[in-house]
Amino acid sequence: MKFLDEYRDAELAQKFAQEIHRITTKPWKIMEVCGGQTHAIVKYGIDELLPKQIELIHGPGCPVCVTPLEVIDQALEIAARPGVIFTSFGDMLRVPGSTTDLLSVKAQGGDVRIIYSPLDAVKIAEQNPAKEVVFFGVGFETTAPATAMAIYQAAQKGLKNFSMLISHVLVPPAIEALMSSPNCQVQAFLAAGHVCAVMGYEEYFPLAKKYRVPIVVTGFEPLDVLHGILLTVQQLESGRAEVENQYVRAVSRAGNQSAQDLVKKVFQVVPRKWRGIGEIPQSGLGLNEAYSAFDAAKKFKLTDRCVDEPAECVAGLILQGLKKPHECPVFGTRCTPEHPFGATMVSSEGACAAYYRYRRQGAKEMVVAS
Amino acid sequence: MSSPNFSATCPLPISQYPHVLMAHGGGGRLMHRLLEDVFGKAFSNPLLDTRHDSAQFNVPLGRLAMTTDSYVVRPIFFPGGDIGSMAVHGTVNDLAMSGARPLYLSSAFIIEEGLPMETLWRVVCSMRDAAKKCGVQIITGDTKVVDKGKGDGLFINTTGLGVLAHSLNIAPQNVQPGDAVIVSGDLGRHGMAIMAVREGLEFESQIESDSAAVHEPVLELIKAGVEIHCLRDLTRGGLASALNEIAEAAGVKIAIEQNAVPVRADVSAACEILGLDVLHVANEGRFVAFVPAQEVESALAILRRHEVSENAVVIGRLVEKAAPLVTVKSTLGVSRILDMPSGEQLPRIC
Repeated sequence: MKFLDEYRDAELAQKFAQEIHRITTKPWKIMEVCGGQTHAIVKYGIDELLPKQIELIHGPGCPVCVTPLEVIDQALEIAARPGVIFTSFGDMLRVPGSTTDLLSVKAQGGDVRIIYSPLDAVKIAEQNPAKEVVFFGVGFETTAPATAMAIYQAAQKGLKNFSMLISHVLVPPAIEALMSSPNCQVQAFLAAGHVCAVMGYEEYFPLAKKYRVPIVVTGFEPLDVLHGILLTVQQLESGRAEVENQYVRAVSRAGNQSAQDLVKKVFQVVPRKWRGIGEIPQSGLGLNEAYSAFDAAKKFKLTDRCVDEPAECVAGLILQGLKKPHECPVFGTRCTPEHPFGATMVSSEGACAAYYRYRRQGAKEMVVAS
Repeated sequence: MSSPNFSATCPLPISQYPHVLMAHGGGGRLMHRLLEDVFGKAFSNPLLDTRHDSAQFNVPLGRLAMTTDSYVVRPIFFPGGDIGSMAVHGTVNDLAMSGARPLYLSSAFIIEEGLPMETLWRVVCSMRDAAKKCGVQIITGDTKVVDKGKGDGLFINTTGLGVLAHSLNIAPQNVQPGDAVIVSGDLGRHGMAIMAVREGLEFESQIESDSAAVHEPVLELIKAGVEIHCLRDLTRGGLASALNEIAEAAGVKIAIEQNAVPVRADVSAACEILGLDVLHVANEGRFVAFVPAQEVESALAILRRHEVSENAVVIGRLVEKAAPLVTVKSTLGVSRILDMPSGEQLPRIC
């Protein structure tokens, strides 16, 4: 396929891999921030092409995984109400809340619909004036402009039956939180290419400087990821800590200005809890005062709550790169995509689900042994 | 009363009722007219025309194959097919997967009150045409009408009966180390065609379902004496589910190569956009065949003579008797597990 196959070329991949082997002299721990990159790494087996000294740590960049349990529970509560059409991106439907998930709410009669764009939710609201239409607005800076556009359009159209349950999160504060943790082992970052396509990469310069870490804006195809790793290792080996852009075909330094303006118009930066990590200051987007009428949590008078994660789930440690999925005692045995304990097993971009799907051999042996 | 040459565009035989009413399933005159004028007219054949409670027929000596399947596809009409032709193809294909020659079908309709009579007629005509093309007869059936809101327009169940004129043991348990895994054509078209229509996704070119009957190439393989070890049609769950089911049933390791799997560029692009793995996407006119390595050339030559399997190709092999496992070698040459999808395919966020 044009524009994709070029970035999956096996020969070029081998060349990148050989060059990485050639220049690597020490062990390095590199975190790929984005779940899309984790998916590509595991699906294509990119990590197996790398020298043993290079360890890839799978970061918190899966929006489904980091959406807190409390917010999922709020979504479940709204979706179960009569007179509500609850709209969501597909992979949020299987994420377990503390008691159930959206697929089960749908099976019990809730009107839960998968949509591909938040703007479709606005259309549904227009077509169903007697119903309350709610969109589950999750995701990083990548999906925030589309969410913002939906809110903006709904306001322009004067829709009173449209609202959003919002749990948008931001990448740079998460990197900051990871780097300032005393347990942090990450020595460099592959920054999420599509986040930077929207936001540019100005925000990463202070982080690279403060924590002396290389940050390389990286795409999602195998050659992108290998190229990103090569640039990172070059920096690490030569003692540099700079911001570099591997994904030049999609990312400019300033990003997409109109998208950023729209996000600023509708949202304000707020503190946000990340599933498995905890609250990170200034790490989320919430509706600002002018658009607060579209806040589903307020509209449905949802109360704040605090829910405990299953004790055995180590998703938090995995999201921080402190554990690998197969180091979890319940991975692949009691925790599977059909019965996920934590969100990293649910989304196909979650590290546990990616490991389960593509390299379960360890887990299978455990099943046989038990 | 049969009219051998009417086409799918032939006029609707029941004009006074534009929609199906509860009374059309009520056992009275209206139901009688529906059965006579719609089903009886379209499916007419000597066995059905007896109008007996059960069809009676002689069977040839030997083994019979029987299968049943229900069709609930939404939308009823989609690019490349509809629920009616699919209800024939799907059941014919299930018979073909045991190497049976399909002979007879039953058809049971569950119709939601209010379904446009025109819609029902189009579906019935499509079934009739598909059955004719496959050389099968619809010899018995049933019709029920359910209240508005208690169905999704139209559901169809078909049961198929076929005869086995061979002595092969075509079954998952019969696969052998060294067997080649052949796929009969490009993957993912049915699933993506349905998803594009259902979700209102517009691509530059329309993706048409691959819905088709595959019994003819299979029967020719058997006739030519190809030693088929196993056949499996690729429906929901796609190639990944079919191979995993066989690996589980036989206790074997199967290895395929991503680069060898035929996928059309438009299907591949649609999968990329939605974040779906084409190996998990549904097909309705594709199958995998496990044959000994020395039979590959003759098998491929036969398959490629038929339009429905003209792109047949070897995608992998059965490695060994082992703990059940399916692996796929990525385009970069690294192997990974190919798992069954865990449930419905859910598009990713980003």
